[in-house]
Amino acid sequence: MASIPLEHGLLLSGLLFALGLLGVFMRRNIVFILMSIEIMLNAAGLAFIVAGSRWSQPDGQIMFIFILTMAAAEVSVGLALVLQLYHRFKTLDADVASRMKG
Amino acid sequence: MLELLWLVPALPLAGFLRLLFKAGRLSRKSIAITGVGSVGLSAVIALIIGVSFITSPPPGYVYTQTLWTWIKIGNLVSEVSFYLDTLSLVMILVITVVAFLIHLYSAEFMIDEESYSRFFAYMNLFAGSMLILVLANDLLLFYLGWEGVGLCSYLLIGFWYKDPLNGRAARKAFVMTRFGDTALAIGIFLIFNNLGTLKIQEFMERAIHNWSPDSAIAVAAAALILGGAIGKSAQLPLQTWLPDAMAGPTPVSALIHAATMVTAGVYLIARTNVLFTLAPTVQLSVAVIGALTMLIAGFSALTQWNIKRVLAYSTISQIGYMFLALGVGAWSAAIFHFMTHAFFKALLFLSAGAVILALEDEHNISKMGGLRRQLPLTFWTFLIGSASLSALPFVTAGFYSKDLILWEAWSSGNRWFWTAGLIGALLTSIYIFRVVFIAFFGEETVRVTRKPKCLMKIPLIILSVFSIIAGFIQLPDTIVKFPIFSDFLHRALPATKVKYDGVNVQLTLQFLTSLVSLSGIFLAYLFFLPHRQFTRSFVQTNLGSALHSYLFSGWGFDWFYERFFVRPFIWIARIDKDDFIDIFYLGIAWLNLVFHRLLRSTQIGLVRWYAMGIGIGAVITLVIVVFL
Amino acid sequence: MNTVFYISAAVAIISTILVITGKNAIHALLYLIVSLLSVALIFFVLGAPFVAALEVIIYAGAIMVLFVFVIMMLNLGNEAVEQERRWLIPEMWAGPSLLALILIAELVYIFTRGERRLYSINVSEPKEVGISLLGSYLIGVELASVLLLSALVGAYHLGRQRRSKSRTMKIKGEL
Repeated sequence: MASIPLEHGLLLSGLLFALGLLGVFMRRNIVFILMSIEIMLNAAGLAFIVAGSRWSQPDGQIMFIFILTMAAAEVSVGLALVLQLYHRFKTLDADVASRMKG
Repeated sequence: MLELLWLVPALPLAGFLRLLFKAGRLSRKSIAITGVGSVGLSAVIALIIGVSFITSPPPGYVYTQTLWTWIKIGNLVSEVSFYLDTLSLVMILVITVVAFLIHLYSAEFMIDEESYSRFFAYMNLFAGSMLILVLANDLLLFYLGWEGVGLCSYLLIGFWYKDPLNGRAARKAFVMTRFGDTALAIGIFLIFNNLGTLKIQEFMERAIHNWSPDSAIAVAAAALILGGAIGKSAQLPLQTWLPDAMAGPTPVSALIHAATMVTAGVYLIARTNVLFTLAPTVQLSVAVIGALTMLIAGFSALTQWNIKRVLAYSTISQIGYMFLALGVGAWSAAIFHFMTHAFFKALLFLSAGAVILALEDEHNISKMGGLRRQLPLTFWTFLIGSASLSALPFVTAGFYSKDLILWEAWSSGNRWFWTAGLIGALLTSIYIFRVVFIAFFGEETVRVTRKPKCLMKIPLIILSVFSIIAGFIQLPDTIVKFPIFSDFLHRALPATKVKYDGVNVQLTLQFLTSLVSLSGIFLAYLFFLPHRQFTRSFVQTNLGSALHSYLFSGWGFDWFYERFFVRPFIWIARIDKDDFIDIFYLGIAWLNLVFHRLLRSTQIGLVRWYAMGIGIGAVITLVIVVFL
Repeated sequence: MNTVFYISAAVAIISTILVITGKNAIHALLYLIVSLLSVALIFFVLGAPFVAALEVIIYAGAIMVLFVFVIMMLNLGNEAVEQERRWLIPEMWAGPSLLALILIAELVYIFTRGERRLYSINVSEPKEVGISLLGSYLIGVELASVLLLSALVGAYHLGRQRRSKSRTMKIKGEL
């Protein structure tokens, strides 16, 4: 079977996570921010799978299932909030919601 | 019977409390009964105690009554205990009787006053404090009474508080006596620190054993006590408050600023006589201060137009006599003069009050004239008081006490004191009879609207009688040997240690004193009755008017104090208006605000910024965990 | 098998970069789907076929489709693309890139320490996953269902459009 070094898998996961983080910081559009969060969640899940395969246990996959569930819940609520924001401000700019300033 | 001693100060205080708590709800009559009655009862009890003391004296002629322990902290023990010896007995008798008569008088005098009950409350509080002062066994209780009378003096001078000038006079009195009070307090600390006890008799004992005469500590303690006495008794240099204190009602001036409070200093020095004997330099300065004050005040009294101010300067001058007596060591002579002075000065003030009331608040004697026909009783009482003040020979009490002081002054060896006293006597006659001749003789210029009634007449008559007969208890050797008063006081005060010249010298001196007093009357008559025009034109000349205004302003002391003490103080206060010490605390608050503003600027409200913050934090934490 | 891993890893990285730098929302979403599919392939290579399928079905198939629906509902149009172009200027991604770079460096450092050792990958069958999930991790399953319930309620409530007051008043009037 395949034998991939653990470090490479984790490196890939870390790289994807950093890219997602970059997206969260960089983008101003809320939808893109949510997408970047999804990227991060996926990367974390990948790390779990890599670890699970290293120990040949299903626990990694189980963790990934939970992460998946959580991501689904978060996306639905988040997109509902995005709809509300758009309804109120007529734009998807994350910077308009700055009433908590000061 | 002596166990009733505690009632003597307690009754006026009880009167004060009753008037305090039932302030608005008593009728005029019950206020008067409470106010006058409490002091009256106190006087009766004092008389009973006096009789009991004289007829069956306690051992050593001393009776102590301890009520309770007030303070007990380690070494510092102060009890509320009263000490009755012949000196304090004389004091309480004079105080209660005079206070009672003045209270009776003011029941009618102040009848139109709106704050009738406030007046009597303050007067009662004063009487209680003064009695505590003279009966106190230890210095702390004494100081309590001392402060109490100072407070009442302030409250009563500024009684008509709606006029700001009265408030100023009250403040002036309070602040000036405060200087003295501070000196006294430091003196008390010094005595306690050095001798370990506050009980008066005890510390005097220990002082004799521990302190050598004229040592630094003895001089310091005596000088500080002298400082306190100067403040309260309005002697040089703290004498300027008393003429201004005449802003208060006349009974107040009579009671506080003539008969009792201002003599508290005299009592203090007499009580702590051991300290002064141990510091002869300070005792000498007591006499010097007394002599100087006597002359300065006497000259100032010659020029005053306000009848109460004349009497105020006269009080300062007469207390100068008492200080002179204390200074040469004639302790009982000073107390004798205190007693006679209390009677005739209160009499003079009350008569002046009757005149003021009769002329509807007219204080200026130049506007008065010929009052003897309209106010006959007042005229006679004022005349008797003036006669006693100028020591009219043989028939007045003042003669015996003043003559005794002059005799002791001569015998002390220092002829200057005697000369000063003699000049002072001349001045006294002139200034007081000036008032008599201007106000009561001559043509009538004003109409009298209100004559004194029963409650005012009785005290006047009683005091006149006392002003005449009170001297007979101490007759000098030239007439007949009858020194019962000084013998009585010698149980408490030491005998005067002077070398007495013979009876002939004493007779000559007495003759001189009488001559001086009579010629003063004659001079006053000359300058102010037939030849008044001459006096007036003299005052109009350059020299005359300069002299007049200088003496009128009390020898410029007020101007001096205003210039060199009050103004610099106000200047400093104004500079420090923003209280530079506050800058430190304000600075802390300001620093806080700066940091707050800094932190606030990080709260932008943008989600991305916050996310960035979280990211940076995560990275840093990772760095710390991994690398450190 | 190893080459499959590396190739799909490269695809994943490239498509992720294209997601975060994309101007058009729909295009970015499509790139994200590609990224997710390649990660699913990696799962398969790593011996987790069950989650590989799950990734495709749920993540790429449900969640991303939800995204697509919402974007289409918002009906953004060309001015949105212009806006994005204006927003994505070098000053914007300088700071974050630096931060991400530091993070990557740290992660590389952490992961490349320790001894290197090859191990063989064994496939974990779905049966194993099922037994473990509903056996020892049962409580996690229950909690996950509660979470989903709360998300359901929240999404319904937040997504509700508030109609004008007149309509509700009319209903009340009729009653």
